Amino acid sequence: MPDPRDRLDRSAGGSRPVSYPGRLIVFEGLDGSGKSTQAHLLLKWLTARGYRAFFTEWNSSELVSEIIRRGKKKNLLTPSTFSLLHATDFADRYERHILPPLRAGYIVICDRYIYTAYARDVARGCDPEWVRNLYAFAVPPDKTFYFRVPVETAHRRKEASRLKIKYYEAGMDMHLSDDVTESYLRFQGLLKRQYDQLARSEGYHVIEAEQQIEHLQREVRSAIRPLLGGFPKEEVLMHGA
Amino acid sequence: MALRGPRELAASAAGSLQKGVQRALRIPRGGGRARSTRPPTEKLGFSTYGTRLPGANLESLRGHLIVIEGPDGSGRTTECALLKEHLEVQGHAVLETGLRRSNLVSEQIDQAKQGHVLGATTMALFYAVDFADQLENKIVPALSAGSIVLADRYIFTLMARAIVRGASRQWAQKLHAFALRPDMTIFLETRPEILMHRSFGRYGSLDYWESGMDLGISRDRFESFFRYQALLKTEFDWMARSYGFVKINANRSPLEVHRDVRASVQGLLDGNRLESFR
Repeated sequence: MPDPRDRLDRSAGGSRPVSYPGRLIVFEGLDGSGKSTQAHLLLKWLTARGYRAFFTEWNSSELVSEIIRRGKKKNLLTPSTFSLLHATDFADRYERHILPPLRAGYIVICDRYIYTAYARDVARGCDPEWVRNLYAFAVPPDKTFYFRVPVETAHRRKEASRLKIKYYEAGMDMHLSDDVTESYLRFQGLLKRQYDQLARSEGYHVIEAEQQIEHLQREVRSAIRPLLGGFPKEEVLMHGA
Repeated sequence: MALRGPRELAASAAGSLQKGVQRALRIPRGGGRARSTRPPTEKLGFSTYGTRLPGANLESLRGHLIVIEGPDGSGRTTECALLKEHLEVQGHAVLETGLRRSNLVSEQIDQAKQGHVLGATTMALFYAVDFADQLENKIVPALSAGSIVLADRYIFTLMARAIVRGASRQWAQKLHAFALRPDMTIFLETRPEILMHRSFGRYGSLDYWESGMDLGISRDRFESFFRYQALLKTEFDWMARSYGFVKINANRSPLEVHRDVRASVQGLLDGNRLESFR
């Protein structure tokens, strides 16, 4: 039965529940910080232990990518429209893939959450208070991991992946440098500064992410364990206690 | 009679009404009073509702921003067309803008609306993208060139729609706080019965969206229409107070309404601007 207190709080965007039975775990960090690998391994562990877990990642959806492509061609996008467009995309994912499973009692693992937008939009010059309000509808996570790496390490991993650096990923719209790599490094440096600040103000669990994968995953799992006390496993959810 | 869109109606109305307007208001051909040929009072600079607009130099903007707000069927589009005609005859450059006319996302918004697939928060943000795009790529450049921008609806419609669909006033206000403060916001106040008759006249029925059917307040469209319009009115009423709207009684013929619209705007351009307009 849905919790009767599980109603929506109108003080935020309108779709923020007062309480919900699920858990929200967020992975944040620069591209190439290894957060996606760690999120995947956590999902494996939770599922193997019989928990109902749900994974979502925040990459640009087709809709947004198409608009961004067109906007870039015609040089229409500004920091404000860029920011609002991503907020729209996030809200759509949130209203479909994050809030419903939380209210249904799942452990939801998010590869990137609203903090990615804070860091990126503020680095582009948007008003931090305004950006914060845009995302006020999103519930605060039960746990946020920040995978901290030096910009050079993140860039090396990105290079090794042989994925081409995209125009906006490199912050080329900010005219930091005409050289893509140089611009990328500077922009990621700005993002890192935002993340480092957020880590203090928001109380993230900071993980120094240059260590071995296995070691990092041990740290993630032991940080998650306290959240699982009394949390029902799959059989309980399906068949009742 | 073949059903036509509001914009076509407005275009033809503007043409045929303009001559009538000049007679009815006893304005000599060619624009009239001597003072109207003077450039508008020197005015520089705009401010937003609290959030900076990255990359825009608002202090250097010279034009005027006039907003016409009102529910669907209040005659906004007709009044905009009449006012534009009038201002152009007087020698002002006028840019008309509205909601969902941006190059960036209007197509996708139409698709989303048809599919009914997006949630209320997502839709509010999507409309804000469209508005921001128009603000930065149309309104600001026109103001910087010294034009009068005539906005057929502005953030107030967006806020009212979002709030009656569950957003808080505070969230909706802050979301749109990057918008420029208009020099004047005219609100066309219209009784719901009149809106209803105009909806029948225009669409042959009560429009799905203008009846707020997506809110699920009633499956009966007639009842839903009146309840939805009442919800919107509550929101427009507090905005009228907090944002200093100039309310004009629009339960009258287009010409009568136009006379009042014109008088208010003329007052603004002559510099008799009241503090509450900003």
